[in-house]
Amino acid sequence: MNWLNINKNDRNLLIGFIVVVLLGPLIMEPIGGGYPDLLQKFAIFGIFAIGFNILFGLTGYLSFGHAAFLGIGSYTAVWSFKLLTMNVIPAIILATLLGGFFALIIGFIALRRSGIYFSILTLAFAQMSYNLAYSVLTPITNGETGLQLRLHDARVVDGLFGVERTAGLPNTELFGLAMSGWNGYYFCGFLAIVGFFISLRIFRSPFGLMLRAVKSNQHRLSYTGLNTRPYTLAAFVISGMYAGLAGGLLAVTDPLAGAERMQWTASGEVVLMTIFGGAGTLLGPVIGSAVIKYFENIFSSFNEGILLNAFSFLPEGLQQAFAWTVGLFVGEGWHLTLGLLFMFIVIFLPGGLMEGATRIKSLFQSSTKGSPPIQKDLPVEKS
Amino acid sequence: MPILTVKNVNKRFGGLQALDNVNLEIEAGTVHAIIGPNGAGKSTLLNCFIGKLIPDTGLVDFDGVSLLGKKPHEINQVGVSRVFQTPEIFGDLSLLENVMIPSFASRDGAFRVNAWSSVENETSIKEQAMALLEDVELADSAQVIACQLSRGDKRRLELAMCLVQQPKLLLLDEPTAGMARADTNNTIDLLKKIASKGITMMIIEHDMHVVFSLAEKISVLAQGTVIAEGLPEEIKGHPKVQEAYLGGAHL
Ligand SMILES: Nc1ncnc2c1ncn2[C@@H]1O[C@H](COP(=O)(O)OP(=O)(O)O)[C@@H](O)[C@H]1O
Ligand SMILES: [Mg+2]
Repeated sequence: MNWLNINKNDRNLLIGFIVVVLLGPLIMEPIGGGYPDLLQKFAIFGIFAIGFNILFGLTGYLSFGHAAFLGIGSYTAVWSFKLLTMNVIPAIILATLLGGFFALIIGFIALRRSGIYFSILTLAFAQMSYNLAYSVLTPITNGETGLQLRLHDARVVDGLFGVERTAGLPNTELFGLAMSGWNGYYFCGFLAIVGFFISLRIFRSPFGLMLRAVKSNQHRLSYTGLNTRPYTLAAFVISGMYAGLAGGLLAVTDPLAGAERMQWTASGEVVLMTIFGGAGTLLGPVIGSAVIKYFENIFSSFNEGILLNAFSFLPEGLQQAFAWTVGLFVGEGWHLTLGLLFMFIVIFLPGGLMEGATRIKSLFQSSTKGSPPIQKDLPVEKS
Repeated sequence: MPILTVKNVNKRFGGLQALDNVNLEIEAGTVHAIIGPNGAGKSTLLNCFIGKLIPDTGLVDFDGVSLLGKKPHEINQVGVSRVFQTPEIFGDLSLLENVMIPSFASRDGAFRVNAWSSVENETSIKEQAMALLEDVELADSAQVIACQLSRGDKRRLELAMCLVQQPKLLLLDEPTAGMARADTNNTIDLLKKIASKGITMMIIEHDMHVVFSLAEKISVLAQGTVIAEGLPEEIKGHPKVQEAYLGGAHL
């Protein structure tokens, strides 16, 4: 794989990633996650977080508005389904490009500031988009109902190619292959692999080194002859494109776009995923998003009935007390659990799950080889 | 021929006249020292050269072009590098990466999305960086994270970062401050070596031993004005200098 221009370790990392994507259904089966809806989310939010990490993990610029690009990607894809074709290729290309285009504009403005002011600017922009989607932009976003497919949508490209109209709403497809179920998962999984590879290349390249230098000491970088603004803007646009793609894929697997996708909680979620897994590491964001989506799925599926059932061995009063207490942390209350988990990670493992992995690894190494030298602390990036 | 010309530069911070009509010329290929008591405006003067500060009035010309209004990265790209009074390095990158970054800046310019090549395959950049790390005797720690270095080592790292760019003008702000005597002597030797390669240097220094070992010309700054200028021997005996700076003590 020399043509991919990567060294042996990275090649193994990439192969590992591909294998995990391919065997995803098998791996997730024993822990109750072996179905396409969930695995699709892993892939899609993995892409979102990988892109976010290129901005936040490398340059240190913390955006609180990336859900806006996710939403833009979804709207774009649905419009592509409505106006052009049910084929997903134009949809995701347009979603990626539009995500990047809006990131260019927003980044141009927001990157005039750094630190907390940058974060606030991105947050303000995302909330603005969210509100616009509900108000002035209703003709484009269909307001609270959300943008949906209709039987009589134009779909001009499909019309040109003489694609027959179905009686019900058409399915998204890839040259005839329906994008539902496992097909949808593997399509998203393939793009996650591509996204991961691009991120790997950026991490290892001189461009990526400059981005890390921005995070380390932006002043030094400019006195070293590098114009830092276009570097941060490039990272911002790239991460916006990833977000647009992820939004497009959400619409591919379920052709519907709503403004709630742009809400600040959604922007916060990708921040959580990235930090949870390990900002600035290659694998961290992917792992973070998978873990969070997995637990969200498990925890939020518990309802009162299940809980009462689980505690049925207890006397009635206790049964209800237990079910009520646990009920605070599951179902609708799952965010409480997530919050606690996140606090735990930030306090004890500021480098996220990847730091945990590194620590465990060095524990093993130091017990066999004595204390390690003060070498550069590369995060463990073996899968 | 002067490589740097400073004419009538003024800089005021609120009520403080930090630079008061400074005139200065640095000859190409020489080592020019600026001495003066604390707060004289020496660092402020350097800040006006590298785009960190813009003088209220005056001219700063380098190699025939004005530096005023240029951005810091543009000034570096025309050949001016600076070592700061408190070391400015990339604390969470390795020493090797610290020196490779300025080398990339010299080769690729101020901005280039070079995402396909691998840093580890950039052999010529890497070799250059290693050679510089050897010059400053830090090659053994090439893979160490820079923030783990001692202050003296950070200075030497920063020096390597500047030198790898082969600047036309190297600005050094108190390069030996806080160093032990032995380290200071090593640094003097290193700077002599650099000077012998013909790199123009402007050095701000407190340590008279360093100044008189290196400088070919000395300007004395006090309260924002150049009060004396000349060859080292002239400065040593200059009554105004002794009064303003050396407190009357004989050297
Ligand atoms: N950015 C600034 N804002 C306000 N005052 C400053 C600033 N930079 C320097 N000064 C003041 O200008 C004077 C000269 O400082 P400086 O150039 O650092 O002196 P030195 O000769 O010791 O390097 C000092 O009184 C300092 O407090
Ligand atoms: Mg100073």
